[in-house]
Amino acid sequence: MNIYVLMKRTFDTEEKITISGGKINEDGAEFIINPYDEYAIEEAIQVRDANGGEVTVVSVGTEEAEKQLRTALAMGADKAVLINTEDDLEGGDQYTTAKIISEYLKDKDADLIIAGNVAIDGGSGQVGPRVAEILGISYVTTITKLDINGSSATVVRDVEGDSEVIETSLPLLVTAQQGLNEPRYPSLPGIMKAKKKPLDELELDDLDLDEDDVEAKTKTIEIYLPPKKEAGKVLEGELEDQVKELVKLLHTEAKVV
Amino acid sequence: MARKVLVLGEVRDGSLRNVSFEAVAAGKTASEGGEVVGVLIGDSVSALANEMIHYGADRVVTVEDEKLKQYTPDGFSQALMAVIDSESPEGLIFGHTALGKDLAPKIAAKLESGLISDVTSLEEAGGNLVFTRPIYSGKAFEKKIVTDGLLFATIRPNNIAPLEKDESRSGDIASVAAEIKDLRTIIKEVVRKASEGVDLSEAKVIIAGGRGVKSEEGFEPLKELASVLNGAVGASRGACDADYCDYSLQIGQTGKVVTPDLYIACGISGAIQHLAGMSNSKVIVAINKDPEANIFKVADYGIVGDLFEVVPLLTEEFKKLKVNA
Repeated sequence: MNIYVLMKRTFDTEEKITISGGKINEDGAEFIINPYDEYAIEEAIQVRDANGGEVTVVSVGTEEAEKQLRTALAMGADKAVLINTEDDLEGGDQYTTAKIISEYLKDKDADLIIAGNVAIDGGSGQVGPRVAEILGISYVTTITKLDINGSSATVVRDVEGDSEVIETSLPLLVTAQQGLNEPRYPSLPGIMKAKKKPLDELELDDLDLDEDDVEAKTKTIEIYLPPKKEAGKVLEGELEDQVKELVKLLHTEAKVV
Repeated sequence: MARKVLVLGEVRDGSLRNVSFEAVAAGKTASEGGEVVGVLIGDSVSALANEMIHYGADRVVTVEDEKLKQYTPDGFSQALMAVIDSESPEGLIFGHTALGKDLAPKIAAKLESGLISDVTSLEEAGGNLVFTRPIYSGKAFEKKIVTDGLLFATIRPNNIAPLEKDESRSGDIASVAAEIKDLRTIIKEVVRKASEGVDLSEAKVIIAGGRGVKSEEGFEPLKELASVLNGAVGASRGACDADYCDYSLQIGQTGKVVTPDLYIACGISGAIQHLAGMSNSKVIVAINKDPEANIFKVADYGIVGDLFEVVPLLTEEFKKLKVNA
């Protein structure tokens, strides 16, 4: 089975966000594989181990994403591809990224494509379904279970807490929701092997794309931090009185109940 | 620039979701004096069309078909594309719900358009329509504009105020024919988990538990409080990882980002990832045994104490308040 994973390098969830020069300050920040993409990588490895085939992890970004791609290889993916847009693109949006990935995937005969359902930085959750649509294959988002049986698949989809059991067939794109699996940590032998696994780097030229083909449809004009929340009032006195006061404050001062 | 904006109404259990009325209000802003056209898709939805008009839609277009009883990306995109073909809109607004998140990127790809997801506010400024949305799960915000083509956005529930309901408003209701065929995903079964209470993303009140709830049973007092306040129960990652509750309840940087009117954090320490998911709530109450807990730094009101004592007392107090109201 020919399996592809879409991966994004993101800020570590521990990081505080600061802004300098109108941009998110990346100096000294730790980067990780987007947590939802980790579920995608794990699922791809499990599907391959059960059905045979090969897992290729694809990322659009800068050469700094090589580190996260190596981690994916160390987890057990077979190949990695970095589509490096550093020299070609100033700012892209989801239209840009989806178009680049689709152009790369269009002649790869993927049976299964797995992505995270959302990246924890941009938070749009668009690229997976966009890629499926451009490639003309079906998709199921926010999945918590995937069973492949020959060319058919049974998928459980999380819908705001409800679960839909969906039947569909390959080729298919799915996006991972939390609860899909427990991503493994790379083992030491895995890390050693990963160094020898292929990590190809492509640029837009290699995909016969130029800047204009993937020009963003939207633009960020400002980034700002939310107003810092002041610590409020910690109540005092007997517990019963505190509770009475709290209810009164919520009712009369905050007016939320 | 006046434009025609289509707003997708979303039906659940036979009623329109609140976010649909918020989307109509967003559509009104986006139309800049143009026309707001509600769109309803389902097996039997035309009875709900007037309500969209009461909330501000100028008219409503429906697509009805037995095969649209349940949402599927293929079925709903075929229906919506039929409407888009007949209406040629310049704007599209959906709710940023499970349905909107799933469908909007597919439509954007079909139309080769941009899409601004998870918008919390929009306004006209300097000749542009400016969309504000959280990034890094609410640790920061960005303002975006559309630079090319269709104005397309999904709006986060609970952030944009709906317009005043006016039952005297009337408008045209028309149906559009669409051929719904070749659905590639078939829903075999729906297992309801969230039916116990209000949906987390739309809830006005959320009672959330952390490691401090100690067990699955520990969530019971939180559920009682939630039911008195007509709210939803949420959880921190700690509580989910410890198997006290399902992952679908998780609030935080992984999990859901919520902005209710009232967020009551019970036994939650307040890790940065959790704060990212809830710190933009309007009013935050923290209940924790540890006076040094991080959660108190973002709370409007705090009670230092054992949640198993405080929460039942709170439930009783709120019950009294309801009786007196």
